[in-house]
Amino acid sequence: MSAPERSAVVRDSLGVGLAVGAYGFAFGAASVAAGLSVLQSCLLSLLAFTGGTQFAVVGVVAGGGSAAAALAGGLLLGSRNTLYAMRLAPLLRVRGVRRLFAALGTIDESTAMAVAQPTAPLSRVAFWWTFGGVFTFWNLSTLFGALAGSLVDPAAFGLDAVVPAAFLALLAPRLRNGVLERRIAAAGAVIAAALIPFTPPGVPVLAACGALLLAARLRER
Amino acid sequence: MNLWTLVILTIAGCYLFKLAGYLVPARLLEHPGTRRVVELLPVALLAALVVVEAMADGRHIDLDGPRLVGFAAGAVAVWRRAPFLVIVLVAGATAALLRLAITQN
Repeated sequence: MSAPERSAVVRDSLGVGLAVGAYGFAFGAASVAAGLSVLQSCLLSLLAFTGGTQFAVVGVVAGGGSAAAALAGGLLLGSRNTLYAMRLAPLLRVRGVRRLFAALGTIDESTAMAVAQPTAPLSRVAFWWTFGGVFTFWNLSTLFGALAGSLVDPAAFGLDAVVPAAFLALLAPRLRNGVLERRIAAAGAVIAAALIPFTPPGVPVLAACGALLLAARLRER
Repeated sequence: MNLWTLVILTIAGCYLFKLAGYLVPARLLEHPGTRRVVELLPVALLAALVVVEAMADGRHIDLDGPRLVGFAAGAVAVWRRAPFLVIVLVAGATAALLRLAITQN
């Protein structure tokens, strides 16, 4: 690994960290708007540290859903990090305390940056710098968002429009992956919309997992 | 379950999911079917969250003008592959300005 290669990876990683981390502001504000305290919001960002899950949890709480439904939705979204960790394990080769830290930093962005590198040493640089960048900015912006959200009415800043747009932004790269992804997304959206009037909040999101049955059907063909 | 319980269980669950990937033998989850489900699960969940956050208020369909227009503006930004921050700002600013315009008339 040459010095220029290394610094290019560091620069890209910090850029990702800054861009994604800034979005923590929306999480912090959404979280206090849902009724969580500033401390609870910050603890989620520090220790759960996985954006999609955090948004899902506060989204269900904000919609009036039960804590159990919020937890179930959040953990379902968080389960993908297990796969990321398995993909990263042979690249990072971490043991002991470093492994405990690597686990915390195993998220969409750090995994994507690490697996995109041509060599394992560069993968390690990308992983730790992306983790560090996202972690720093995500937590700072969560704190600011939570403080701002507890001072002003989030609706006045259009936060209710920001949250679905943010979910769409997370979804978009997956939709560009293929037809199967787009069909599953469409089916999930229809299932959720159809159930809103008939089930407690939170349930439409969980039921949308039924869209995956479509994947099984399609593979058989 | 109160909010503190929810926060603690979310933290514990999310961390254990992450750690598990470093501890289990790779072949356990290498089954292509399992892998596919875990990869596609977020697609269904995120799509559902988009719909619910855009048009639900608890158990009611709530088609709020500024929220929907703000979301639509954000969706255009997503489609144009704008950076995350731009998407957030476009959606928020559109809804906020529209709301402001409505209340002043």
